[in-house]
Amino acid sequence: MTYTIPESTLIAQGAEARLYKGTYLGKSVLIKERFEKNYRHPTLDTRLTKERIKAEARALVKAKSAGVATPTIYLVDYNRRSIFMEYIENSTTLKAFIDEHISKKNDVKDLIENIASALGKVVAQLHAVCIVHGDLTTSNILLKDSDKLLTSQPSSDVSDQFIAIDFGLAKTESTSEDAAVDLYVLERSLSSAHAELPDLFKIIYRSYQKHFKNNSRLKEIIAKYEDVKARGRKRTMVG
Amino acid sequence: MIAIGFEGSANKLGIGIIKDDEILSNVRHTYITPPGEGFLPRETAQHHREHILPILKKALSDAKLELKDVDVICYTKGPGMGAPLNVAALVARTVAQMFNKPIVAVNHCVGHIEMGRLITKSDNPIVLYVSGGNTQVIAYSQQRYRIFGETIDIAVGNCLDRFARLLNLSNDPSPGYNIEQLAKKGEKLATLPYVVKGMDVSFSGILSHAESQYEAWINEGYTKEDLCFTLQETVFAMLIEITERAMAHVGSKEVLIVGGVGCNERLQQMMGVMCEERGAKLYATDERFCIDNGVMIAVAGLLQFRADKCRGTPWTKTNVVQRFRTDDVYVSWRDD
Ligand SMILES: Nc1ncnc2c1ncn2[C@@H]1O[C@H](COP(=O)(O)OP(=O)(O)O)[C@@H](O)[C@H]1O
Ligand SMILES: [Mg+2]
Repeated sequence: MTYTIPESTLIAQGAEARLYKGTYLGKSVLIKERFEKNYRHPTLDTRLTKERIKAEARALVKAKSAGVATPTIYLVDYNRRSIFMEYIENSTTLKAFIDEHISKKNDVKDLIENIASALGKVVAQLHAVCIVHGDLTTSNILLKDSDKLLTSQPSSDVSDQFIAIDFGLAKTESTSEDAAVDLYVLERSLSSAHAELPDLFKIIYRSYQKHFKNNSRLKEIIAKYEDVKARGRKRTMVG
Repeated sequence: MIAIGFEGSANKLGIGIIKDDEILSNVRHTYITPPGEGFLPRETAQHHREHILPILKKALSDAKLELKDVDVICYTKGPGMGAPLNVAALVARTVAQMFNKPIVAVNHCVGHIEMGRLITKSDNPIVLYVSGGNTQVIAYSQQRYRIFGETIDIAVGNCLDRFARLLNLSNDPSPGYNIEQLAKKGEKLATLPYVVKGMDVSFSGILSHAESQYEAWINEGYTKEDLCFTLQETVFAMLIEITERAMAHVGSKEVLIVGGVGCNERLQQMMGVMCEERGAKLYATDERFCIDNGVMIAVAGLLQFRADKCRGTPWTKTNVVQRFRTDDVYVSWRDD
């Protein structure tokens, strides 16, 4: 594949990649480069990087067709370990938004309700088509025009401002058990990173169930989720 | 203030004495099983019973103290194996009664964390806690050590120990140490499952894969050295990855490694490289402190005791519990 490497500037170093902003074919792009991790064996590093780029590209596309907003992919370049995708202008992570506008603030009950319900809906939409995200945290959800959320009416659906990103650990053909683990990972990440908002997951989970269309599969996921949780509590810890 | 700590939650029995931030003594004896065998509760408790009084004597004489000079008795309440935990708790309670001293029940995991913070002078790090029974990525927030990630099945140390048994390696001084030495001579990387879910990891699939592949690997020309190398490279990469994910999530620039697996030099080296790649700083300790010991219990116990206006744990709560999560503890002594 030949193309001119666009000029770009480093905007962030995430959990496993460096993120650059540049222009490609006249569009503003985000280049996600899974740079070589020198701490891990090169063979393992190459294998994981390939797997993750592939998983991320697949899931971004599949999620979009299931109605979940994701950045559009422009180019996948395994040699440069990079995905070129649509740059989401004027966005912030859900984590940053909560830390700034919700934690330690008063009168945010309706806002919490709105964002948690939206997140529940997004996760349900993903799981309904058997996509599990694999790393559901508030760092991996972007909010577009987040200022508008501050003035949203109580009980309004704000999910059109939610953009799911970072699908490197995703599976596009997942089981109910995978979905249950996905929920459990989300729950735990909320209770550790947003400990000051203990109700967040409850609202998300309620909305998740409400938006899940396939009832028998939902029942299966709920049962598995209870199993996964119980296993977590039972684990012994010697030494 | 002088504090003594009793630790016996697994196969190490340790007693340590501190005077404020200064370590006066740190004595340990490890129950070592024959190759191919793990340690069981009954035999481990027997070991502890045999050694606890001589260890106590040595800890006191190293510190040039007598029990009457000690201000507070600290012991491990859990998590751990019931019978061995009880041996140390019983002696701690007896000493407290005999000398009329306050007693403090300590969470073993919090002991590792506070000891690590004290020794390395790290302030508010992301903590990777890796031992025979625990694998957790922890960050402090709002009076608790919150668990961001953990193993969803067995602990990394347990995975190493059982792998050592599969290879029939010696348990002296520890299976993990012997794997580390062999791994230094390994070169060929075999393929193992690599299971990371968000900030959680899973090791049980690695172990069962290794068990079923072992003969095939040997026939293909992999040496024991290669297999130890493969295991370390794979499981440690998983640990570094979830630590890095937690750092990115909370925006932290410090990592502290604690727990018995934490003294593995390859793990420390890999963590150091990751930290360098993101402009962060690594804090780690050597085997005197990262392997279970009594000092860590004294350190955490004394912090708790002081924050609690020197009241100590009520007598009726000086029992032991096998399950006791890191985030169950209310961290009263930190004001950040
Ligand atoms: N399409 C995008 N448009 C704008 N910013 C983005 C986009 N994708 C990622 N980012 C920014 O980069 C950060 C890290 O991206 P992410 O895909 O989560 O990488 P990592 O796997 O390294 O965590 C995000 O938190 C966000 O701030
Ligand atoms: Mg991310």
